[in-house]
Amino acid sequence: MSRRRGKVALLGLVVAGFAFLYLPLVVLVLFSFNASKLVSVWGGWSTKWYLELFRNEQILNAAWLSLKIATINATGATLLGTMAGLVLARFGRFGGRALFTGLIAAPLVMPDVIIGISLLLTFVSMEQFIGWPYGRGIDTILIAHITFSTAYVAVVVQSRASGLDRSIEEAALDLGARPITAFLLVTLPMLAPALASGWLLAFTLSLDDLVIASFVSGPGSSTLPMVIFSKVRLGVTPEINALATLLIGIVALAAGTATWIQIRRSGRA
Amino acid sequence: MAEASTSRPVTDAAGKSFWFSGKGLVAGIPYLWLFVFFLVPFAIVFRISLSEPLIAQPPYSPLFGADGSYQGSFFNYQLLFEDALFRAAYLNSLWVAGISTLVTLLIGYPMAYVIARARPLVRNLLLMAVMLPFWSSFLLRVYALKTIMADTGLVNGLLLNFGLIDAPIRMLQTDFALYVGISYTYLPFMILPLYATLERLDWSLVEAAEDLGCRSWKAFLLVTLPLSVPGIIAGAMLVFIPATGEFVIPNMLGASDTLMIGRMLWDTFFSERDWTLASSLAVVLLLLLVLPIMLFQIAESRREERV
Repeated sequence: MSRRRGKVALLGLVVAGFAFLYLPLVVLVLFSFNASKLVSVWGGWSTKWYLELFRNEQILNAAWLSLKIATINATGATLLGTMAGLVLARFGRFGGRALFTGLIAAPLVMPDVIIGISLLLTFVSMEQFIGWPYGRGIDTILIAHITFSTAYVAVVVQSRASGLDRSIEEAALDLGARPITAFLLVTLPMLAPALASGWLLAFTLSLDDLVIASFVSGPGSSTLPMVIFSKVRLGVTPEINALATLLIGIVALAAGTATWIQIRRSGRA
Repeated sequence: MAEASTSRPVTDAAGKSFWFSGKGLVAGIPYLWLFVFFLVPFAIVFRISLSEPLIAQPPYSPLFGADGSYQGSFFNYQLLFEDALFRAAYLNSLWVAGISTLVTLLIGYPMAYVIARARPLVRNLLLMAVMLPFWSSFLLRVYALKTIMADTGLVNGLLLNFGLIDAPIRMLQTDFALYVGISYTYLPFMILPLYATLERLDWSLVEAAEDLGCRSWKAFLLVTLPLSVPGIIAGAMLVFIPATGEFVIPNMLGASDTLMIGRMLWDTFFSERDWTLASSLAVVLLLLLVLPIMLFQIAESRREERV
């Protein structure tokens, strides 16, 4: 195989890979504007599914609940995850570190059904023995989400923290700053990008979770994925396409802005 | 790694002083949280798997009788091992996850390779392009695949329209749909660790091999590929482990009798309401995954030591 032919073949594979990643998104967007209910039939352009989406109170309520949970979860997980990430990056060896590393790595791969059932049974046992949490609902979903999101934030913060230049902190300490001051004024600002992406990651993970929330939620606390799931299993529902398009639009906008800022910043540097 | 100049050096022997310092508090809060809500739950699942189902609240028998006698049994495990259906479901889950991991690796490796070798600007854009689908809803993307692969879906609609086929090709509700679904949704998890490894790779080694007359594909097989093994392991485990217990994809894309353990666990729990059997299914799944999880953790801690 000549070099050139190899390169062309490689590029072809990569283009095919990206096409694979994006085809489903394109389909969702395109068919959200399809007047026909059937995916295989094009019935002309229409925005009626968007109107139906905004009239669907079940979806809107669930979306609002999910956004609330995602926000609180992201904040809590960023707090815990930042602590955990710093511990891994900065604290060196300590008694119990091996278990700690395991507690951070395992949630990243643990199948959702295992996390879901084990947390539900934990909540049920806790209620039985200490009376808390009473019943299941938003609190239990939050605890569950914070638990797995913390691990993701920790990994993001850890990789940023271990790449930081420590001499700046050490300079602050040498100049008489107390460790807590040095941390707040020097380390934390340098960690800010990792905190932001950790927060967003935790937010997305929470907004996306169906399985764990289904196990640990109670009556009256159906999150958006739970409502979507119950709708799509009944059949084709074009207003879900409209919802997906809105979500994709928001994500694309956020990602575009982030990339633009990054490019401008690297251009200046 | 050197300790900060302000703190006492902490060694394993001095572990106690660590836990009673300010650092101990910072470490202790997330540690305690994960211990209580991630580790203890496994013990509770195991404990409930030893009970028998009851029509009561909670729906399982107590572990100790009124007289304090031990009442647990391996009844559920016996049920599980005697039932050929559960055995087949475990084997099939490992098989489907394995094939999907292989497909993901074959699609993801060239992509990670090209991204790692691209100019910085292009690299950032491509990385963003890999992440973007991941940020939009997983459930909705699986739903999109469903509308693409359905008998009355996009692919069959187009093929029928152009007269390329006479009857729809069955894709949905087959194992093929599972492979497509898992490879599609987990692709970013394969690409990112592969990219991270390839990006740090010492390319001068590859150039040296080529300068010494090695053909480029041979240099790839003998130098690049072996050096990217840590990324391959991390990526493969990030796909294989969760895929083995996957529920959404077999539920939405698979046949109604698809033998995937995540789905059987869900049905046992929510439809049959047998919490104890579902717990034993979870315990056995966890035991099957202990080895891959350890492999993943070793790869992770190696990565941690390198940075």
